[in-house]
Amino acid sequence: MTTPLQPAAISPASGQEPSGRAIVFENVSLTFEAKPVLDGVSFCLPRGETKALFGVAGSGKSTILKLALGLMKPDSGHIYVLGEDVTQMREDDLFELRRQIGMVFQESALFDSLTVRDNVAYRLEEEHALPEKEIDARVHEALTFVELGHTMEMYPSELSGGMRRRVAIARAIITQPEVLLYDSPTGGLDPVTSTTIVELIVKQRDVYKTSSLLVTHRLQDAFTMANHYFDRTSNRMQPLAQGSKADVPMTFLILRDGKVIFDGDAQALAQSEDEYIREYIS
Amino acid sequence: MAAGDLLSKIELISPSDFAKEKVRAIQEYSLLASQSLSNLFKRPLYMADILQQADLIGFGSLPIVLLTGFFTGAVLALNTAASLGRFGALSLIGQLVSISMVRELGPVLTGLMVAGRNSSGMASELGSMVVTEQIDAMRALGTDPTKKLVTPRVTATVFMLFFLTIISDLLGLIGGSMVATLLLGLDSHEYWSSTYQTLVFQDVFMGLIKPVIFGFIISTVGCYYGMSARGGTQGVGKATTEAVVASSVLIIGVDFFLTRLLIVLLGFR
Repeated sequence: MTTPLQPAAISPASGQEPSGRAIVFENVSLTFEAKPVLDGVSFCLPRGETKALFGVAGSGKSTILKLALGLMKPDSGHIYVLGEDVTQMREDDLFELRRQIGMVFQESALFDSLTVRDNVAYRLEEEHALPEKEIDARVHEALTFVELGHTMEMYPSELSGGMRRRVAIARAIITQPEVLLYDSPTGGLDPVTSTTIVELIVKQRDVYKTSSLLVTHRLQDAFTMANHYFDRTSNRMQPLAQGSKADVPMTFLILRDGKVIFDGDAQALAQSEDEYIREYIS
Repeated sequence: MAAGDLLSKIELISPSDFAKEKVRAIQEYSLLASQSLSNLFKRPLYMADILQQADLIGFGSLPIVLLTGFFTGAVLALNTAASLGRFGALSLIGQLVSISMVRELGPVLTGLMVAGRNSSGMASELGSMVVTEQIDAMRALGTDPTKKLVTPRVTATVFMLFFLTIISDLLGLIGGSMVATLLLGLDSHEYWSSTYQTLVFQDVFMGLIKPVIFGFIISTVGCYYGMSARGGTQGVGKATTEAVVASSVLIIGVDFFLTRLLIVLLGFR
């Protein structure tokens, strides 16, 4: 399967995005300084699925995440997130929608003047919905999830790169958002730390059934996610039994020159005969 | 590096693009400045951030404001003593120092000092947050950065510059008094009574309206350059420098027009 999805195939029939889809991109185009970054990009992310975005540097992968979050506006096309057309929303309304979305930035983007505790608690503190005691409990739970329960009072500058990414994941998941966006969460990390982060993403996918868009350059990470599931009994990521790949809600999307050239599962990707894709995955 | 190589690295821009860029910058600045005010009427207000900024800007600027005010008043008395002495009007020193400090030097010099210290601080802090994606992270977490970062800085600067100017004026008068009594041998009571009696409502009004306007300029310019910083640490450095230059020049320029406007409106002598 090497053909991009046609806009008509995913276009909301009644102008409303169906509830089964977390994110829908519909013929989205964007140009930076006369250079097209995205050219008619269309795809959809069903609820509960994780989709890994690939492409060479500058192919618009991170831009897709920022567009989905409404941090940028496309030149044309529509983007539906949790049923809302973010291209038509005012900034004030977007702040409300963003509370249901978690984002892990490429360089973590932790607030360097706040402690790890305050970074992770940021969204809860802003909402003023919980007493301090409960916020502390939720922060501890989120940090324990990423195995950093002991770093509460530390500042981001005192953490390693891998620890900062894990704190960023804890900050993104603390409110259990319906959608998670990961921008190169394993980029520049050693293989051991990368595996820890991949395991956290798989855990989030399989335990909390969160819909996710994942930008990565590391094909092996995405294949690991496609070939593993999270076992609650052992609290560890386990390889799938032979032939049960379809059970994992994981798909791949490849961008080239601003267009989607592949959108499908790991099996379809492995069987693709497209020369570019074969070279990319080799 | 050869001159040719250097020239090839200089980016040329057409006059129309340059003009468009400047108009866009003014438009973005105006939008940010108006948002910083309209946010005061929207929830949440971020009172803790306003108080924290008031402490940083107000209390933090106190030493430089005290020193600037004191020595400005003192040097003003010292420099005018010779001229006034020639006409046998040395006793007018108190009047001259009070009018100059309250109407002009207090607000402008305090504004310039606070601009140098805080406009640069705001530009570098917000600029660093922009280039490390912390502003995007804030937006992603559902918080409006202009509400959380810009409005508290604008509110705190306007509020604190008002009081810093009053303190600066007072220290200027004390500086003038020290020179008048200790170096020129004038009577302290005479100095203070002429200082007090010469001031009228218009003088005080002009001296207190200026810091409100200057505080708004300092904070909005600092925040604007910070929020529009691009290009890593070099961009942050550039934004910091530009913020200080722009806010200082604007203070001096606006001071002239504001003074002229107030003279016309209030029928100054």
